[in-house]
Amino acid sequence: MSQTLPGLAHAPTGHEKTPPSPPTTTWRRRHLLGLEDLSAEELLHIFQTAESFKEVSTRSIKKVPALRGKVVVNLFFEDSTRTRNSFTLAAQRLSADVLEFAAAGSSVSKGETLLDTVRNIEAMGIDFLVVRHSAGGAPHYLARKVRSCVINAGDGQHEHPTQGLIDIFTIRELKGRIEGLHVAIVGDIAHSRVARSNIWGLTKLGARVTVVGPTTLVPRMMATMGCDVSHDLDEVLPHADVINMLRIQNERITSRVFPSTEEYVRLFGLTRERMRRARPDVLVMHPGPVNRGIELAADVADGPNSSILRQVTNGLAIRMAVLFLVNQATAIDG
Amino acid sequence: MSTTQVLLDAAGIRRTIDRLAADIARSVPAGASLGVIGIRSRGDVLAARLIEALKRHGHANVAHGALDITLYRDDLAHKGPDAILKKTEIDFDIEDRYIILVDDVLYTGRSVRAALNALADLGRAIAVRLAVLVDRPGRELPIQADFVGIRVDDVKETVNVLLRETDGQDRVDLS
Repeated sequence: MSQTLPGLAHAPTGHEKTPPSPPTTTWRRRHLLGLEDLSAEELLHIFQTAESFKEVSTRSIKKVPALRGKVVVNLFFEDSTRTRNSFTLAAQRLSADVLEFAAAGSSVSKGETLLDTVRNIEAMGIDFLVVRHSAGGAPHYLARKVRSCVINAGDGQHEHPTQGLIDIFTIRELKGRIEGLHVAIVGDIAHSRVARSNIWGLTKLGARVTVVGPTTLVPRMMATMGCDVSHDLDEVLPHADVINMLRIQNERITSRVFPSTEEYVRLFGLTRERMRRARPDVLVMHPGPVNRGIELAADVADGPNSSILRQVTNGLAIRMAVLFLVNQATAIDG
Repeated sequence: MSTTQVLLDAAGIRRTIDRLAADIARSVPAGASLGVIGIRSRGDVLAARLIEALKRHGHANVAHGALDITLYRDDLAHKGPDAILKKTEIDFDIEDRYIILVDDVLYTGRSVRAALNALADLGRAIAVRLAVLVDRPGRELPIQADFVGIRVDDVKETVNVLLRETDGQDRVDLS
């Protein structure tokens, strides 16, 4: 494991911290690149805006004119269903037009560089780039090179800020607070951008975070991000207010990070049997897609403690809020 | 130095709202359900007070809503980060209702234009009427109020509405 693993703060190519913003309750960022750089006030400002956007999705006419005439490009170099659809729908509910860009079958496969690809799309007159890329720091690099607002939709193993925001927003909505809560994040923490965004956001808002999983997927040095580290789910479970189960990526099962799927399920799978050790009001989360029967048993995923579908619903409101806020910030430089 | 003149004190605001309620009560078509929707933030406060006053004028079951027009403003691009989105809270169906839209000051008419567009996205009301506490000159759109609390005629004067719930006191100033 490399020394920069925990936050991957310095690992991404070209990743530079944005200068600290003056204390303010308003939003002044033209890009959303990660939760690491955001203040507690900025996080709360996004949540407050998202709360207002939830109402729009309950209407029969689910559309507001705030981004009329703007163009959002979904620039996905990695597979995605939920995140891409959620961004598309969020943009459409704000009356923006959406251009879907899939790297497969595009000029990227003919050897075009990332920046050339983006500059060509920008030349068509676009306003937002929603970027997913396998390289940590790719959205940060683009943000420094292009005019458009850049929103990170997942960069390598670095951050997935909107998913982090969705998870924290959902916890806040269902538990009424973040401060003082104990949140357990279980699974492949080392490779998870969702875990990193959650840890940054939750700890800024005063939650206690414990990351749980086998030693191969949860290295001790994760503690440098300000969370506790455990390799024993049964020990953590009775004390957790929230359990966020991360997907065990099938491609890793064949590697040597754990001996067998059966052993992983026995030690870290959230089964109904194991749920008996948890608090009755524990919140069970999963950013999706769920491997039913592996990290999460089907009856727990569909059970009364599960907030999985609520997370998906809230995803729209969070993404509408982010698109709206970064767009408002563009008015600063005229 | 500009001088400040008190246009309405707390008692004046109370009387004005009561008179608006009486006028509104008389205008409601027989059998129609009434909904009073205030434009955030002060219109919303006034809407709540109007609903209280309407009880004294024979309308006990009036639905109350708050409308945030931020997303519909025509100056959204210029406001930048100062545009703070608040919640629209209308938990009743505006279809088949007689709607009174409430704002504190009618000036350019642009807020009302935004509010009408926002309302149209929520459904088709029987009719929408506009009630304002203060009507001042300066219209930039063809919009007029149906119920006016007090009218200011001087084009140069600025109207400042302070309400207990939002500003700690009830007063309407001219300056």
